[in-house]
Amino acid sequence: MTVPRFWRKIPNRYNLIGTKCENCGTYYFPPRPVCPPCRRKGVIREYQFEGSGKVVTHTTIYSAPEGFSKMTPYVLAIVELDEGPKLTAQIVCNPSEIKIGMRVKPVFRKLGEEGPEGVIYYGTKFIPV
Amino acid sequence: MRDVAIVGIGCTKFGEMWQKSFRDLFIEAGLMALEDAGMSGAQVEALYGGNMSSGIFIDQEHVGALIADYSGLTSNSVPSTRVEAACASGGLALRSGIIAVASEYHDIVISAGIEKMTDVGQEKAMDALAAAADREWEAALGATFPGLYAMMARAHMNEFGTTREQLAQVAVKNHYHGSMNPKAQFRNRITIDAVISSPLVADPLRLFDCSPITDGAAAVILVPAERAREFTDTPIYVKAAAQASDTISLHDRRSLTSIDATRVAADRAFRTARLQRSDIDVAEVHDCFTIAEIMAIEDLAFFEKGRGGPATLADETAIGGKIPINTSGGLKACGHPVGATGIKQAVEITEQLRGDAGKRQVDGAEVGLTHNVGGTGGTVVVHILAR
Amino acid sequence: MSIGITTYGVYIPRYRIRVEEIARVWGDNPNDIKKGLLVFEKSVPDRDEDTATIAVEAARSALQRSGLAGADIGAIYVGSESHPYAVKPTATIVAEAVRATPELMAADYEFACKAGTAALQTCLGLVAADYIKYGMAIGADTAQGAPSDALEYTAAAGGAAYVVGKNRVIAEIEDTYSFTTDTFDFWRRQGELYPKHGGRFTGEPGYFKHVLAGARGLLHKTRSKPEDFDFAVFHQPNGKFPRKVASTLGFSQQQVKQGLVVEKLGNAYAGSSLIGLASVLDVAEPGSRIFMTSFGSGAGSDSFTFRVTEEIGKIQNQAPTVAELLAAPFYLDYALYAKHKNKIVL
Repeated sequence: MTVPRFWRKIPNRYNLIGTKCENCGTYYFPPRPVCPPCRRKGVIREYQFEGSGKVVTHTTIYSAPEGFSKMTPYVLAIVELDEGPKLTAQIVCNPSEIKIGMRVKPVFRKLGEEGPEGVIYYGTKFIPV
Repeated sequence: MRDVAIVGIGCTKFGEMWQKSFRDLFIEAGLMALEDAGMSGAQVEALYGGNMSSGIFIDQEHVGALIADYSGLTSNSVPSTRVEAACASGGLALRSGIIAVASEYHDIVISAGIEKMTDVGQEKAMDALAAAADREWEAALGATFPGLYAMMARAHMNEFGTTREQLAQVAVKNHYHGSMNPKAQFRNRITIDAVISSPLVADPLRLFDCSPITDGAAAVILVPAERAREFTDTPIYVKAAAQASDTISLHDRRSLTSIDATRVAADRAFRTARLQRSDIDVAEVHDCFTIAEIMAIEDLAFFEKGRGGPATLADETAIGGKIPINTSGGLKACGHPVGATGIKQAVEITEQLRGDAGKRQVDGAEVGLTHNVGGTGGTVVVHILAR
Repeated sequence: MSIGITTYGVYIPRYRIRVEEIARVWGDNPNDIKKGLLVFEKSVPDRDEDTATIAVEAARSALQRSGLAGADIGAIYVGSESHPYAVKPTATIVAEAVRATPELMAADYEFACKAGTAALQTCLGLVAADYIKYGMAIGADTAQGAPSDALEYTAAAGGAAYVVGKNRVIAEIEDTYSFTTDTFDFWRRQGELYPKHGGRFTGEPGYFKHVLAGARGLLHKTRSKPEDFDFAVFHQPNGKFPRKVASTLGFSQQQVKQGLVVEKLGNAYAGSSLIGLASVLDVAEPGSRIFMTSFGSGAGSDSFTFRVTEEIGKIQNQAPTVAELLAAPFYLDYALYAKHKNKIVL
């Protein structure tokens, strides 16, 4: 991913800043500028998620694309935050530890880098509580 | 609105076609289709080309013009449109062509699909496929395409008790069908054991649960139904061409074990066609991974939710079974040149309904269905074809 | 007016490697190493951890401990000798990750193992002069020891963050003193992977000269004696040096005990004395006095005296303590350790 593109979403990636529609009360992470049920009637505000949640499904990646190939095997999951939205994230744990229903909390980690000379991408992963 | 018929079909061999370029592939498929319809290129009025990622695979965009040009059709300034919906690009091209004919905009239309995937290395190809997912919020976090389907498999196994063997049987069956398809990439038979002991890609999915990287092209010729007999004695009629969309990312879906866009597109198709599930004699569904076929046969409502695994293991979806699925070998054995698959599915069903499927023939097939999925279910296209 | 530490936070990665395992690979006698260094194991960062991620976790822990908001922080200084970038500050990554941006001062510091305490002095000055209300100083490192070099047994990873302010002070900073000379005991040139050092030259002319002078200087300035203090914390490159310097100065082994974390942690470089200080704050009672002298090669030392206030009880248990972070580690073998530390060049 290019620098401007990654930079634009840094507050969201570092701090789990998403959105909430004040019209219907739905929370969104990743952030959405349009609330699908409300569309133009929606009132979108920024919302920072606390980060606690649970694993709803998971996998362990053994074969990864450019940029992630040296990190395998790593655990990937869909995490449901306590406020409702679900997101895709890596879980910092052994492949044998991951379970559906496991409670997790956010940690700040390196997501990857553009090679040894390039930018380092940081973001949020999750760790079992 | 008027009815539409398929009067010509063409499909290249699928596989790692080192000697053939992007241009070679679509020219071959297009010529085969014209030959089959006994038609001249000069009669073609519009062209729809399904292609997911020429930009990443061959650094080329504007392939609508490229396809028309190298097919010799720009001498007639034929309108040529490239359509894209990730792995449903072919299905989308088919539906787009059908709409053009049905709406009386054009009389004779070619809908084609083409993907040349092997000019780049494996890692680049995997990265191109990840573009079917949400780049910002899935791929950038380390999600791979197999990884996303693996998470659906894990959820499906957890919720319905689908087993590792049931998943494997999808691949076994499709290789069995593929062994009878001269165009298929893989013609070898495999066993459940071979699937279960193949290397892990994204747990629980292993190498043999995954469709391969493939080069290939396919094309069909569409005309108004009332003109079909000018070109063929066995016109195959389009009874429905339905499409549905859903969220691009898996984490935003209502369900992790069901592709809602399949359910919606199927309902729309059966309503338009005024047919029941039990009317379908043969179907080509989107088995990009073994779990995808199991979810497909459930979401298409051929089987109850959660029963796809047991039904597959009981051979109900093999030739000779209750509803033969993927007689071409599916994406797994026939191969998956991404943009071409949706058209190849229509080619296979047409052959079945014409009675030309050779060893793969489903006896007395009169009505068939094709099911093409983009990404993890952001786009689904379902067609129903009949004699 | 009271000025001092308002809150603190520590982060130590969960992985460890034992002295025996490193010795096995290089053919050293582990008992000799353990006896000579008084270090038994050291922390190792995860593959996706670096000085920035450690600094962020320490900073978040500090804020969580006290309920202070990132937006209240007027300055962030991160001291390390393993900043992820040679040019592009770690401090801004931390600032973004604790939501302190955009109205704050920030920079990275470098002075070997005392970069974090130098940052502490800067925050002290800015707060004392009322330029900012709260300042955050971080010392964090993912130290690199050259394979088969003696330093490989101790070069560890970890970090601590301290917020200085005039409100809600849990430990007053009574005074500070620094002793600085141009001494080449330990260095690393730009672009080089591993540091070099002067062997035994790092002892007396390096560590001992500067820690002794730095400690004596502050004791003299504040007219104090070692017995005036309940705890003493010194920079800990191994288990031997801080014990020896304590004894030479007249501090008892009992006074240094709580602040000695090196045996299980290793040398966290810019995090070393600050993690030792945190270990003391985790248990200190109101009224306790703490003496600390850090050391950075190149060379210099920063000394501080602290007086713990009544406020400390409110926040001690609100974030992970050093003892909690040192408990329940995962042990690695040398091959995995080398992979984690990027010693295997890919």
